[in-house]
Amino acid sequence: MEELFEKMAEVLIAGKEAEVKSLAQEALDKGAAARDILDKGLLAGMDVVGQRFKAGDLFIPEVLLCARCMHGAMDILKPLLSEADAAGVGTYLIGTVEGDLHDIGKNLVSMMLEGAGFQVIDLGTNITAQQFVEAVKEHKPDILGLSALLTTTMPRMEETIQALKEAGIRDQVKIMAGGAPVTQDFIEKIGGDAYGANAASAVDKAKELVA
Amino acid sequence: MLIVGELINASRKAIATAIEAQDQNEIQQVARDQVEAGANYIDVNAGVFVGKEPEYLEWLVKTVQSAVEGLCCIDSPDPKAIETALAVHKGTAMINSISLEKDRYESLLPVVAGTDLKVVALCMSDEGMPETTDDRMAIADKLVNSLLQKNVAIDNIYVDPLVQPVSTNIQFGVEFVNAIEKIMTTFKGVHTLCGLSNISFGLPNRKFINQTFMSMAIAKGLDGAIINPLDKKMMANIITAEALAGKDEYCAEYLKAYRANLFEF
Repeated sequence: MEELFEKMAEVLIAGKEAEVKSLAQEALDKGAAARDILDKGLLAGMDVVGQRFKAGDLFIPEVLLCARCMHGAMDILKPLLSEADAAGVGTYLIGTVEGDLHDIGKNLVSMMLEGAGFQVIDLGTNITAQQFVEAVKEHKPDILGLSALLTTTMPRMEETIQALKEAGIRDQVKIMAGGAPVTQDFIEKIGGDAYGANAASAVDKAKELVA
Repeated sequence: MLIVGELINASRKAIATAIEAQDQNEIQQVARDQVEAGANYIDVNAGVFVGKEPEYLEWLVKTVQSAVEGLCCIDSPDPKAIETALAVHKGTAMINSISLEKDRYESLLPVVAGTDLKVVALCMSDEGMPETTDDRMAIADKLVNSLLQKNVAIDNIYVDPLVQPVSTNIQFGVEFVNAIEKIMTTFKGVHTLCGLSNISFGLPNRKFINQTFMSMAIAKGLDGAIINPLDKKMMANIITAEALAGKDEYCAEYLKAYRANLFEF
C-alpha cells in the first residue's frame, strides 16, 4: 500500500488528475482507509508541491493544477471521511476585508491551505468586521485570515480585531493577515498573531499556530 | 503612445526611504531620468504611508515639478489624497484613478467634473474584479458615459481595463486585450492606459512576458502605458510594436529610435 501512496503523491506532483483519481480508487478497493489515502498520498504530495513552490521550482499554474488533482481525488474520499477527519489539521476562516474586492492572493492562500490539510471556509471579499465576528461564532475556526490589498482598506483589519474583542471572542481564534501592503510590524501593531508574506509562508505560519 | 513613468512609487523601497527622509535630490533624479527616457507623465504614489499619504503626495508633486517641466499622474485610491496633491500641481495633471467603486466614484466625480484633467477610469466596481471582456465593457460603459455627462472630454479619458495574472486563469490575457479593442472601437476618441506587469505575477521571466503582452495590447489599440521608461527593451518594444500596428507614419519614430541607438542594449 505504501508504494501506492508514493505513486499517488508522484502523479499528483506531476499534475495528472485522472491518474490521481484512479489510484485513490484503487487504494480504496484494496482496503485502505480514506484518511490514510488523504494523509499519506494526497497531502504528502501537496506538501512537496508547497516546498517546491516556496523554493521557486514550481510556479502558480502548476500549483493550481496539483490542487485540482487533489480536489478530484477528494470528491471520491469525502463521503468516506468522518467529520473529524474532514476537518483535517484545523479550520481556517478567510476573507478580504470591507471595501476591498481583491481576491487573487486570498484564493491562492486558501488553495495552499487546503493542500496542507486545512478545512478552509472562504467568506469572499468585502467582508465587514461584523460579518467576520458572526462567522467566527458560527464556524469556530482555529485561525481567522484577513486579506487586504489596499492601504486604504488595511485599517479594516484592526477594526475587525477590535470587533472580535468587543464580542468577547478574540481569544478563541488565532488571527493572521496578509496582502501586498501588510507587514510584520503592522500585524504586531494591530494585535494579530501572525503575518503571511506570501502564500507559502502563510501556510507555514498557519501550521505553527495549530501545532 | 502616452508613457507614464512608474518609478516614483512608495511600494519601491528606495522611494519609500527617500519620501520618509524628505530627500528631494533622490526623487528629482528619478523624475529627470524618466523624462529624459521619454516619459510624458511622472506617476507619484505614496500609498504605503497610511495616514500620511495626502501630505507625502503633495510633497512629491512639488518636488517633482520643481525639477522637471513635466506633469504628474497622481496615483491614489484615496480621493482626499488626490485633492491635496491636485491643489499644488501646476498644469493639467492626470488622475489615477476613478473607478465604479461607490465611494471612490462619488467622491472623485465632482473633482474631475468640467475640468481638463486627464482621468484614468479603472474597470473595477463594487461587484468585484472584472474577469471577462464583457465584465470590463459593462464597467467602462458606465464610467465613460458618466464622465462625458460631467463634461470631461473623451480625449481626456483613459480607460484601464485592469490586468489580472494569467498564472491564475489562462483566459485573463486574452480577455484583457479583447477589452482594449472593444473599448477603443466602441467609444470613439477614448484612450486606454494600463500598468501591465500584473499579467506576469506568479511566473518566471516576468520582463519577457510583460514585453510580449505589451505588443499584443498595442496591436489591439492600447495607446497609453504606466511603465518603467528606463527599461530600454520595453521602450524599444513599444516603438516597434507601434510601427507594426500602423501607428507610426513612414516608420518615422522607429527610425528616429534606431538613429538614437535605442535598439542597442
